[in-house]
Amino acid sequence: MNFKLKIWRQANAKAKGKFETYDLKDASPEMSFLEMLDYFNSTQIVQGKEPIVFEHDCREGICGCCGLYINGRPHGLMNRTTTCELHMREFNDGETITIEPWRSAAFPVIKDLMIDRNAFDKIMQAGGYITINTGAAQDANTTPIPKANADDAFDAASCIGCGACVAACKNSSAMLFIAAKVSQLALVPQGKAEAKERVSRMVAKMDELGFGSCTNTRACEGECPKGISISHIARLNREFWVAKLND
Amino acid sequence: MSNKLNAKIPAGPLAEKWTKHKDSLKLVNPANKKKLDIIVVGTGLAGSGAASSLGELGYNVKVFCYQDTPRRAHSVAAQGGINAAKNYKNDGDSVYRLFYDMLKGGDYRAREANVYRAAEVSNAVIDHYTALGVPFAREYGGMLDNRSFGGVQVSRTFYAKGQTGQQCLLGGYSALMRQVQTGSVTMYPRREMLDIVVIDGKARGIITRNLITGEIERHSAHAVVLATGGYGTIYYLSTLAVNSNGSAAWKAHKRGAFFANPSFIQIHPTSIPVLNEFQCKLTLMSESLRNDGKVWVPKAKGDKRNPNEIPEEERDYYLERRYPAFGNLVPRDVASRAAKERCDAGYGVGDSGLSVYLDFRDAIKKQGEKAIESKYGNLFEMYEKISGESPYKTPMRIYPAGHYTMGGLWVDYNLMTTIPGLFALGESNFSDHGANRLGASSLMQCAGDGYFIAPYTVSDYLADEIKTPRIATTAPEFDAVEKEAKERINKLLSVNGNQTVTSFHKRLGKIMWDYCGMVRNEEGLKKALVLIKELESEFWTSVKVSGTGTDLNQELEKAGRVADYFELAYLLCVDALNRRESCGAHFREESQTETGEAKRNDADFAYVAAWEYKGAGPQHELHKEELNYEFVKLQERSYK
Repeated sequence: MNFKLKIWRQANAKAKGKFETYDLKDASPEMSFLEMLDYFNSTQIVQGKEPIVFEHDCREGICGCCGLYINGRPHGLMNRTTTCELHMREFNDGETITIEPWRSAAFPVIKDLMIDRNAFDKIMQAGGYITINTGAAQDANTTPIPKANADDAFDAASCIGCGACVAACKNSSAMLFIAAKVSQLALVPQGKAEAKERVSRMVAKMDELGFGSCTNTRACEGECPKGISISHIARLNREFWVAKLND
Repeated sequence: MSNKLNAKIPAGPLAEKWTKHKDSLKLVNPANKKKLDIIVVGTGLAGSGAASSLGELGYNVKVFCYQDTPRRAHSVAAQGGINAAKNYKNDGDSVYRLFYDMLKGGDYRAREANVYRAAEVSNAVIDHYTALGVPFAREYGGMLDNRSFGGVQVSRTFYAKGQTGQQCLLGGYSALMRQVQTGSVTMYPRREMLDIVVIDGKARGIITRNLITGEIERHSAHAVVLATGGYGTIYYLSTLAVNSNGSAAWKAHKRGAFFANPSFIQIHPTSIPVLNEFQCKLTLMSESLRNDGKVWVPKAKGDKRNPNEIPEEERDYYLERRYPAFGNLVPRDVASRAAKERCDAGYGVGDSGLSVYLDFRDAIKKQGEKAIESKYGNLFEMYEKISGESPYKTPMRIYPAGHYTMGGLWVDYNLMTTIPGLFALGESNFSDHGANRLGASSLMQCAGDGYFIAPYTVSDYLADEIKTPRIATTAPEFDAVEKEAKERINKLLSVNGNQTVTSFHKRLGKIMWDYCGMVRNEEGLKKALVLIKELESEFWTSVKVSGTGTDLNQELEKAGRVADYFELAYLLCVDALNRRESCGAHFREESQTETGEAKRNDADFAYVAAWEYKGAGPQHELHKEELNYEFVKLQERSYK
């Protein structure tokens, strides 16, 4: 397969970026999208040119490293699929493929397609945990958790922190990311004790870091590679207002 | 026992060793803890566990990882589960049984006392993760659910669908983030450890490269903890994250830490087979699938029919046939070799003939699609994305792939390497899995090391360091090591040849897979030693590393790792050559029974091979740690 690749190139955070267009010949439909980029990079390197920088690691859709805007959609055209899980058989021979980094003020570009998602760690530090020291836990079966709650908590917890929700949102809101964590921990009894502080601190941190507000467009849910539902945002809102009312 | 190795195994009955030992370990008072610095490299289950626990105790902890955030460490990809001896199923499980299964599973090449302790702390790990909000699978009554894994006859595996590693890691990550918030832990993401700094015989710091700016940095501490994972990517194609590497452990080795049993690498039986020549990794399909999936090949050679059209009597369920007691749930090494045997004999399926079926037809018929979906939904989805086929309709095709390294840095009972003050946890050490690891034991060991062992043993070491002032990074030892690190970067950049780093990695991987993979023999290993050296020289004359050292440069990162792999690969083959017996994942063709099973040689090889680095070039000195089994009788490891 042959492709025309239109790729965002940017030397560093301060540089002005622009699209460059490249021809790629003899790609295979069996390649994953990132293997296609590996192959493209190998052709660049032997010509003495600088390869494209993109982030990747596990290559099986779980680490959350990879995240590219492909033809205008985070992680490309397939639903519930990370960039590394996308395969070239989903594209047409001769197609022009536009590849960009996530676009969000809270995620500055580091180089080419690599972005800085440190803001997510900061939000987690603000309250995305249950306060318990190693050694203090009681037997794991002391507190039963209804299966439905445990399953819901699992669905929320399957977030891989890739940031597609932010990239998809016209407001660059991180609401789905935060909601997933707040919801997970609100659903298990262990997380209840500090539920109010958690939601207040995480939302405040999100605002402080320059993410926008949620206006319920549901774009995040549509692009989340793990299919995390916006029902978790509803739960977050409930938690948030309960916390506010009790203040 | 070599006089350079002191495993420091406490005396006394097996079940009392750890308790008594803990009581005898020295403590550090809270005021002094604040004055002590600890470096932790790696943020998987072991690293995040150690870092958060040590932070909670009040030490100043600095944590390093190469990813942008600790939440992406490769523990995230572990699928099937985490073992513990809770006996919630009332099926006769106990700490002793878990210990015994691991020791037997490891083909009696692990240290008794360490394995027992790993089993002993396993229950606390499950309690801790549950308290951190990890959503393990539950039954309708709200209690935790368990499933079975290979090599055992009880159900002791806790799980969160096929994402157990992710859920445990995110629990560990959240605890780590809490410590960052409190200020006890400082996070250094996007850093690669380039070397260890040893001062007066003690580990006192590390040299790192800031992967964004290219800056070479010095970090000092009173103790250094490595939790840097395994070196399975030495095969190039493996189930690991593509950036996983063995460099931190190798650098520690070159500074004096002995490397133990490097050739013990697990080849996982159920990975999605190679589908194209550009593939850079193989995706694992969890072992838990063998609970309900049946492994088979056609009885007729080269049978190209659609698998669903092959009638029952024309299928060879070869695991059930060869190993009736354990059937599809034999341990990984046994399952991998059995798959290779069938494929080599011409019964393999798929275009390449290098795969076997893992079939859920009967399980779906019996339990319904919904039940199977709830257990393995995400794995089936993952398989379909990669292969384009639905396992609900067509049997999966699987083949073995490089996976987990039982070998690693030699550590004593306190998890300290032969460099005082340098600890190795989790997969980066060698201690608990012998020659083969049982499924769902790696998360268990990593978390146990990090949360419930290192906090005690590192404190014991630091108790003697309370008078040592903060280590200055201006020490001449830092100058020297930093200089070496910089010179090596310049050397890599200055070759300026015409072949990519990846092309070398692929070729090295092929040598290792062919000659030091699932089956090894003397001739092949000797050939590999020559081929590795030749390829290494070619690398240093014709590799092309683009870009500069003072900028973000992913090619340079890869080049450093591959350069280390040539050296590690050589030692791996030396170790495999030295061990003229078959045990666990290490199968020497010269040492097998008439039915093709592994033949162990306890008289000559019941020892840990700990290799000491003796300077540049291929000279290594072997030190033997004799494995004296006080409590368990060595037996033939049979799953028939």
